[in-house]
Amino acid sequence: MKKKVLSALLSVAMVSSLLIGCGASEETTSAAPADDANAEETEAVDADVEFEAGEGQVYYLNFKPEQDEQWKALAASYTEQTGVPVTVVTAASGTYEETLAAEISKDEAPTLFQVNGPVGLANWADYCYDLTGSDIVSNLTSDAFALKNGDEISGVAYVIESYGIITNVELLEKAGYTVGDIQSFADLKKVAEDITARKDELGFAAFTSTGMDGSSDWRFKTHLANLPIYFEYQADGISDTQAIKGTYLDNYKQIFDLYINNSTCDPKELASKTGDDAENEFAEGKAVFFQNGSWEYGNLTGKGMTDEQLYMIPIYVGEGEESMQGLCTGTENYWCVNNEASDEDIASTLAFINWCVSSDEGTQAMSDMGFTIPFKDAKLAANVFISQDAAYTAAGKNPVSWNFTTMPSEEWKNGVGSALTAYAAGTGDWDAVVSAFVDGWASEKALAQ
Amino acid sequence: MEKAVKQYWPIFVLPTVAAFIIGFIYPFIQGVYLSFCQFSTIKKAKFVGLKNYQYALTDESFFHAFGYTLAFAVVSVILINVIAFLIALALTSKIKGANIYRTVFFMPNLIGGIVLGYIWKTLLDCFLSIIEQPLLALNEKWGFAGLVILMCWQQIGYMMIIYIAGLQSIDKAYLEAAMIDGANKVQTLFKVKIPNVMSSITICLFLTLTNGFKLFDQNLALTGGEPAHRSEMLALNIYDTFYARSGKQWKGYGQAKAVVFCILVIAISLIQLRATKSKEVQA
Repeated sequence: MKKKVLSALLSVAMVSSLLIGCGASEETTSAAPADDANAEETEAVDADVEFEAGEGQVYYLNFKPEQDEQWKALAASYTEQTGVPVTVVTAASGTYEETLAAEISKDEAPTLFQVNGPVGLANWADYCYDLTGSDIVSNLTSDAFALKNGDEISGVAYVIESYGIITNVELLEKAGYTVGDIQSFADLKKVAEDITARKDELGFAAFTSTGMDGSSDWRFKTHLANLPIYFEYQADGISDTQAIKGTYLDNYKQIFDLYINNSTCDPKELASKTGDDAENEFAEGKAVFFQNGSWEYGNLTGKGMTDEQLYMIPIYVGEGEESMQGLCTGTENYWCVNNEASDEDIASTLAFINWCVSSDEGTQAMSDMGFTIPFKDAKLAANVFISQDAAYTAAGKNPVSWNFTTMPSEEWKNGVGSALTAYAAGTGDWDAVVSAFVDGWASEKALAQ
Repeated sequence: MEKAVKQYWPIFVLPTVAAFIIGFIYPFIQGVYLSFCQFSTIKKAKFVGLKNYQYALTDESFFHAFGYTLAFAVVSVILINVIAFLIALALTSKIKGANIYRTVFFMPNLIGGIVLGYIWKTLLDCFLSIIEQPLLALNEKWGFAGLVILMCWQQIGYMMIIYIAGLQSIDKAYLEAAMIDGANKVQTLFKVKIPNVMSSITICLFLTLTNGFKLFDQNLALTGGEPAHRSEMLALNIYDTFYARSGKQWKGYGQAKAVVFCILVIAISLIQLRATKSKEVQA
């Protein structure tokens, strides 16, 4: 008898652990929490549809968790005015691909989703409705903001962002400088090293921690790495390449060295520093410079910083005509419409996104989200970094374009990130970074074919 | 009554069987089918034959992950079971507050893997920075040790409870007989206690072995595979194959790896079950 009970127990244990084990092989399982949240909302939409028979509906799978509430409010307002049901579901941070993969296979699939550029499009091209000739495309300020796949327009950029070195003007003045003093890499280096030399007296450091934890390393392996790629593309007159030469990697090293050697902490500790660490250091006035983007505005003002304290300067790496260099400005957020959706749903979705970027209420909402949108009717966003970017452009400075959308893969970024982390801690050398950058690029591009 | 059960058993079994088929058999078969396809979603899968397996079985990183997982499984199975058994022995002898100790040892099991991973990452990083060693993300050796420490901490309590149950169910008559025959403590342990708890050992070995092979959350949170995939175990390697590059072929490669992984875990646990079950004694 005892044996029978035991074998029954064992079978239960085995079956349950098999279920868990095989769960890993089913991509849908990993997105389960998002499914639950979604299930309720989809039901809500179903209920509406009965009353709105014959009309389409919109289901937007949103990428940006920080704007979740605002999107939902905008959707509700749109539904109130037009009667078209709009569902907004936001994927948890860092799980967009998984969530999209799970959602798009369902009967109630998203009608509107996003990809991050040409590389991300490779996964979803089959699902992208050709937007050629639609209203939203004709409203774009420039063709450059349309994401093309051959002759088709697969996506449109809906937000333009800028990044650079966010500067605490107040602290910089305490150290005896103004933002006007920094016009080149040499200036930046001089100021940073002077602050480091007087660190104890001043009570703050030059740079926030160059955190290489997963929550922060994208600032360096992706955003900072854009600069050597940008200058190489400029020099060679190209916009993508199968084999990067790494001509400007010395400049990359130069700026990275400046960051890690003039920072709030020992370079050895950077491997564990997070994005929140750097943000808090900056908000608490422990450092003058913080490399990040216009999206940080809400977080920084939320932590008590004022517009007068904040200024974004370009990331100078000692290359090109530095006095004419602007912020790094571009996008990696493209809206795509699901071509598997019914014709009514596609029509409703196109109408909805066009309303978002052309109507008074829609553009106001986008501006309140802190978005600069590349559309003719855009309102200027309430974001000091965005107005500074506009000022740089008005002064005739050339924005640095976002070329990291051409980076071969996440795997490439991770390889560069690992090598940078090891270099910062002294367990690896710069050659490993160069190798991850140059050789990794070639091998990852080859794999993407 | 018994007749009715005999007659209507299919109806009683039906809900469970249906759930099992919907929740397990069907997805499993679909998963196996997908491993022969290129796909972005399960709706749009294109059959490509054995190409995915060809990649999966020649991928160097997959083999490294296998070796790493194997080493981890061996070390953690031994450590967890030995320590859990020793604690169970201690807590079944008459010491004061045994129940409190049991609760305390069991508690880590109630915290989820991801949370534990992050907590231990912070702890170990502090420790490593004090002894002036490279932090976890840079340190393959400590990444391994950290995973072992973490898993021991989490699982020992659970296994201990199973061993305690086994030890307590040993018939007192055996122990008394052994004592009267003049057996010393070591002899009692090896000749009486261990043979009588073989069924618990079977369960514990099974659980720790499969857990060791399937480990994912803790691996992701503690080391994330750093430095440069050197501390990546099989499940995380599969996940990375799926998501680290874009393109349909990678989903197929990941799926093929997942099927290989599943077969591997089933095979190893069946062998282990057979081997230990043959040593069980019937009380």
